Amino acid sequence: MALVSTAVLVTVVAVLVVRSPGWDEVKQAFFSREQFEKSFPDILSGFWTNVKIFLIAEVFILVLALGIAVLRSLPGPVFFPLRALAVIYVDLFRGIPTVLVIYILGFGVPALQLQGVPISPLFWGAVALVVVYSAYVSEVYRAGIDSVHPSQTAAARSLGLTHLQGLRYVVVPQAVRRVIPPLLNDFIGLQKDTALVALLGVVEAFRQSQIEVAATFNYTPYLATALIFVLLTIPMARFTDWLVARDKRRQLAGGAR
Amino acid sequence: MNTNAPALVIAGLHKSFGSLEVLRGIDLELAEHEVVCLIGASGSGKSTLLRCVNLLEPVDAGRIVLRGEEITARGVDVNRVRRGIGIVFQAFNLFPHMSVLENVTLGPRKALGLSRAEAEQRATELLRRFGLLDKRDDYPDRLSGGQQQRVAIVRALAMQPGLLLLDEVTSALDPELVAEVLEVIRELAAEGMTMLIATHEMSFARDVAHRVCFLDEGVILEEGAPDQIFGEPREARTQQFLQRIVEAGRL
Repeated sequence: MALVSTAVLVTVVAVLVVRSPGWDEVKQAFFSREQFEKSFPDILSGFWTNVKIFLIAEVFILVLALGIAVLRSLPGPVFFPLRALAVIYVDLFRGIPTVLVIYILGFGVPALQLQGVPISPLFWGAVALVVVYSAYVSEVYRAGIDSVHPSQTAAARSLGLTHLQGLRYVVVPQAVRRVIPPLLNDFIGLQKDTALVALLGVVEAFRQSQIEVAATFNYTPYLATALIFVLLTIPMARFTDWLVARDKRRQLAGGAR
Repeated sequence: MNTNAPALVIAGLHKSFGSLEVLRGIDLELAEHEVVCLIGASGSGKSTLLRCVNLLEPVDAGRIVLRGEEITARGVDVNRVRRGIGIVFQAFNLFPHMSVLENVTLGPRKALGLSRAEAEQRATELLRRFGLLDKRDDYPDRLSGGQQQRVAIVRALAMQPGLLLLDEVTSALDPELVAEVLEVIRELAAEGMTMLIATHEMSFARDVAHRVCFLDEGVILEEGAPDQIFGEPREARTQQFLQRIVEAGRL
């Protein structure tokens, strides 16, 4: 039944779109097969740069953000300065537009011409993304840590574990499992924002498609780029769903194996 | 019971949460191998007292001395103190992301520094003893409440504590599961484990305790041998409390 109704709807929409006035122009400008085939290989090789940026950046983000979240959870008056530092960091870098951070680091730091400091725009673009996304992701971790009931910490501490051991073995593992979906959400955000590094002159998928569009005044390369990004995120989302479901199954119904 | 130096001395213990004074001067001594049951209405301070002894709550005033060492003194390494004191909670507080074996070996491995093999051997022996060996690879959510609480007791025992605190360990259990947990505690008492037990199970307290303390509004109002407390309580409040328990069919 669902199949039939879906097929009917899709057919109706398709017919309406194709028969509407101006469809031929739209098709030519956005869905040109010829342009697609011409530009796709270059865009795909540009996309490899995006992949490198977000894969490397994500590793640093996950580690740095967890560090910030842990700093914020430290108890007692002694650790006030560290807690304050973590709060300031998050407030600051969640507040500044990502584009600005990319400009400041990507153009600003190389312009200082400091010795031993890299001048690669690719490097500073990735650093800017790490700096901004760590602030977001640390808040995701923190929500996860806060969601673990204090009785878990009490149980860990009652065994003589230190605060950090309790976090490492008891609280954080549970927290991370709970926040996998929002972590993935931010990871997808990061994948898309790698396109911003193009503003520093790095030729990645988006920049490559801009070059193609500028040469032909045909917008198909943009659509091709969009397609590549979407094709990457969909399997990622399904993989996360599977990961979460597997974990739930294991804890609720299955044995250790 | 022996007359050696006491295992635990609590003197003039005060504890408030905000403006609510939960403990208002607790004095209590436990001899080695002694089993003391704390009874009293909800909110009388039983749980808070146990949490204070395990240093999970900082005390406001008073002293707690464990085998001659004042553990409430400034600068005491709380982690070291806690390694020697086991506590079992009303709601089990097992780690849901770890198998039974991992729950039991975490403390010995990370707090005592045992190797994985040593910790697993110790855990396996304890699990076997308490009929839980076939559950070693299961996650806590798969177990019955009684099994979970027995695992929690095993987890505490794996640290080889010199003192065991039990905080209403059967209150969250279905009635038919209470017996298996109480049986474990009886066994520990028979072996000479020093225990401080907060409980609502009066007949169990009567059986297992060497001494019973009635807590009322943050003080120990009356204490004595089980036969005396349950048979001929002196204080009017104790009589009232026990009367209500009898009416509720719990004694």
